[in-house]
Amino acid sequence: MKTKLGIVLLAAVLAAGSGSLVAETLTSGLRGPAPLNDEGPAPPMTPMRNTAEKEVRNYPEQPPVIPHSIDGYQIDLQSNKCLSCHARARTAESQAPMVSITHFMDRDGQFLASVSPRRFFCTECHVPQNVTNPPVSNDFVDIDTMLSRASPGGRR
Amino acid sequence: MSTLDKPAPRPGFFRRAWQFVLELWDVMIKPSSVFGLGVLVLAGFVAGVIFWGGFNTALELTNTEKFCTGCHEMRDNVFSELKSTIHFTNRSGVRASCPDCHVPHNWTDKIARKMQASKEVWGHLFGVINTREKFVDHRLELALHEWARFKANDSLECRNCHSAQSMDITKQSPRASAAHERFLFTGEKTCIDCHKGIAHHLPDMRGVPGWQ
Repeated sequence: MKTKLGIVLLAAVLAAGSGSLVAETLTSGLRGPAPLNDEGPAPPMTPMRNTAEKEVRNYPEQPPVIPHSIDGYQIDLQSNKCLSCHARARTAESQAPMVSITHFMDRDGQFLASVSPRRFFCTECHVPQNVTNPPVSNDFVDIDTMLSRASPGGRR
Repeated sequence: MSTLDKPAPRPGFFRRAWQFVLELWDVMIKPSSVFGLGVLVLAGFVAGVIFWGGFNTALELTNTEKFCTGCHEMRDNVFSELKSTIHFTNRSGVRASCPDCHVPHNWTDKIARKMQASKEVWGHLFGVINTREKFVDHRLELALHEWARFKANDSLECRNCHSAQSMDITKQSPRASAAHERFLFTGEKTCIDCHKGIAHHLPDMRGVPGWQ
């Protein structure tokens, strides 16, 4: 009798559990309300940020983001469109920031005459920005904000 | 005497040709004894219209995207590259096809370019760029020709659509408006100086001024 009751109870619990599994839909900012086994509609394309103004870096080592559109820019073995403005010799005419001196260093720290092959492909680190609301929130604070907080470890 | 029996030797080719020209001239200057003057004038006019129309139609036929991409050299290399650029597909649906940029629109300039293009027919017949590798090898040379042509005519084919007068730089991005104000409006540079590779992939740009 006791075991029968136990089996019934177990079945009820399992049924309730599986029912809640089916009913539960995963919602995330990136996926949207589409169920996990379905592919949701593609979000519309968002415009590119296209200005000439630098964006602040979140930490000193951050590769600066590209504030302008780079549609159709060719960066391959043949040519590098970015360097036609950002190369050292081109910056007077273009008024664009020069490629950082660190990009001229080879792996041994020796400075070469021009951009080192290992730093040639700009978009490996530098990326253009889309104008959109971030689908996932981010509570990153930079080190200056952190240090100026009036909390343990903060500046007093 | 055997020498007298021989027929007179046939005159040489040039002599015969000259005689033909003289006879033709006689026919040309002789007034017609069969057709009336009005018939001749009218027939000449109609024949002229047909000839001129036919000539221009044939010329325009060689001035289409379909004709240009009829050769695999164009279809598989430069035309396939064009397809991803803004001159092929864009928000307003205006398309620039091959002759819009590569053939002058003025009649005399167009004829001059078409005569130059006879060298391209030679290149096609003898397979100068009939493989991808050969095309890539020749790419810089071919590009230099086009850049020189654009530079020489002040980027005329660009300006057929994009005129500096009707350009509203307040609608452009800050970078574009600054550059156009500084270099285009002052006449210091022409379109092709900055916009190389806007419709096709670039060749190896080492040694090209302004590039690395």
